[in-house]
Amino acid sequence: MAIGNGKLPVDHSGRMYGGPNAKLRATEVSIHYWIERSARPFLAVNGASLEIRPAEFVSIVGPSGCGKTTFLNAVDGLLPISGGSLELNGQPIVRPGPDRAMVFQQPSLLPWRTVLGNVIYGLELQRRISGRERQERARELIRLVGLTGFEQAFPTELSGGMQQRVNLARALATDPEMLLLDEPFAALDAQTREFMQRELLRIWGETRKTALFITHDIKEAVYLADRVVVFTRRPGRVKSCVDIDLPRPRELNIKRDPRFLEYEDQIWNSIEEEVRGADDRPPASDRGGRRPSALEDKARDPDAYGDTGVV
Amino acid sequence: MAFSVTARRPTQAPRAPEGPAARIPGQPGPLARYEGLLVGAASVLVFVAVWQVAAFRRVVPELFLPGPLDISNAFVAYVAKGSIWPDMWVSGQELIYGFGLSIIIGLPLGMLMGWYKRLNEALDPFVTFFYSIPRVALTPLLIIWFGIGINSKIAVVFLGAIFAIVINTAAGVRNLDPALIKAARSFGANDAQLFRTVVLPGSVPFILTGLRLGLGHALTGVVVGELVAAQLGVGLMMATAGATFQTSKVFVGLVIFATTGVVMTNILSRIEQRFQTWKPNPT
Repeated sequence: MAIGNGKLPVDHSGRMYGGPNAKLRATEVSIHYWIERSARPFLAVNGASLEIRPAEFVSIVGPSGCGKTTFLNAVDGLLPISGGSLELNGQPIVRPGPDRAMVFQQPSLLPWRTVLGNVIYGLELQRRISGRERQERARELIRLVGLTGFEQAFPTELSGGMQQRVNLARALATDPEMLLLDEPFAALDAQTREFMQRELLRIWGETRKTALFITHDIKEAVYLADRVVVFTRRPGRVKSCVDIDLPRPRELNIKRDPRFLEYEDQIWNSIEEEVRGADDRPPASDRGGRRPSALEDKARDPDAYGDTGVV
Repeated sequence: MAFSVTARRPTQAPRAPEGPAARIPGQPGPLARYEGLLVGAASVLVFVAVWQVAAFRRVVPELFLPGPLDISNAFVAYVAKGSIWPDMWVSGQELIYGFGLSIIIGLPLGMLMGWYKRLNEALDPFVTFFYSIPRVALTPLLIIWFGIGINSKIAVVFLGAIFAIVINTAAGVRNLDPALIKAARSFGANDAQLFRTVVLPGSVPFILTGLRLGLGHALTGVVVGELVAAQLGVGLMMATAGATFQTSKVFVGLVIFATTGVVMTNILSRIEQRFQTWKPNPT
């Protein structure tokens, strides 16, 4: 089996996508913020360029603390950029807007509102439709994320996975053009996470929103995305893009497909270069060492991928 | 070749027992709801009975420790004489106006101080100063300023209650979950919407703590204010009774204040429960 010998399409600029009708166009985006403790500005993202086509599902992975969440916050309009340009449909992003909706890492649900009240929340703030329409739309979304019957439950009565479904429904209820997901499944247990990944693909398949998904889980990134973007270590920028040419709809057992593992391996190596670089040590290849590939991992440990949730 | 496939029928699922014979662990007993109330009431009854017996046997002279019956007799006399009503009216006004005013001013002020760092920095020295000194020490000053009528006592009550309300409300706003604020902002909330949907409901528990503490200070203010100088009031009645060794009557005043405090604290707890139906286990 040939692994990681460069046969898969890689685009190191991240820019040849999208073209004139790109949904999101980030050009040389830099983001600073102020660190109170060290009393100096901190460069979190440095020259990130990325284009996303309409209805494309893009995952961003990168070493932890590489600025990928910062980048997502800027796309949502919560953080100002300090250099470059960031455009949605050709319009610069300056503040949050109804054309984008974020699914947060923590469910961030109002604990004093019911599931229904929380799903309505975004619509209510945006005041775009009447109260009754909001109710109808929220109920529709609750059905879509599979929470029918829990409309009157409070968030504290739900499991973590159910809370994230509400979080997702709240974002989808506002009918955004672009869905921003900030490690939404990171806090879930392994089984729930796999189920939620499949659920997300099902829901995405029904809505076909342009999606930007941040994660540190490479498997998750490959499983979900049309394209995986690897960020460099801090200050983050796009290191490489990998097109994930796997058929949709995808079932969970695709995670054991050799091609899947090859993608995973390739992205791992790309990230590992970054992590190694951070230690100021020569890259692994120079020392004659190499991280065992995902396939070898699996050969050694047949349970590595488990059978959880495989249908 | 004959395969004999014995398709095993799924055995019937074990039927659930008709209802548990013994109590399931965690299942509340029939009186569980009232358990706290019953135990508390019983303990008070025992205490009062022992007290009455001790008083009846005159273990301590009545001047020092009147019994429950002596106190209730004094109470009846106080009512019969009719002087209870003007006293209660004056003390009640002092409490309601003073406490009400401290809520009307304290809540918005606390919210603003919690939200705007600058305002907090500007006002914090004053709040800290007033919260640190025993405010009853200001009573003589307030009586010089506002006279011995009801106004000076309203001022004492107001100053007693407001700082607890301000400090707790501000803490409530500062302790809001930043994730909720971020989510609201992300969905395009303006300041008014953010305040109405996140800040206000999110700080309710802190606000109610502030009100409860403030209420305690307010009652202290009524008593102490009237002890220093007043024309009417339950506190004044206690002071007079104390000076003339009518010990039972002093106890009557105590009981009136205690009852007021318990009733009002109870009202606040009701409000709190009403706002916290979403908490997993309201206690």
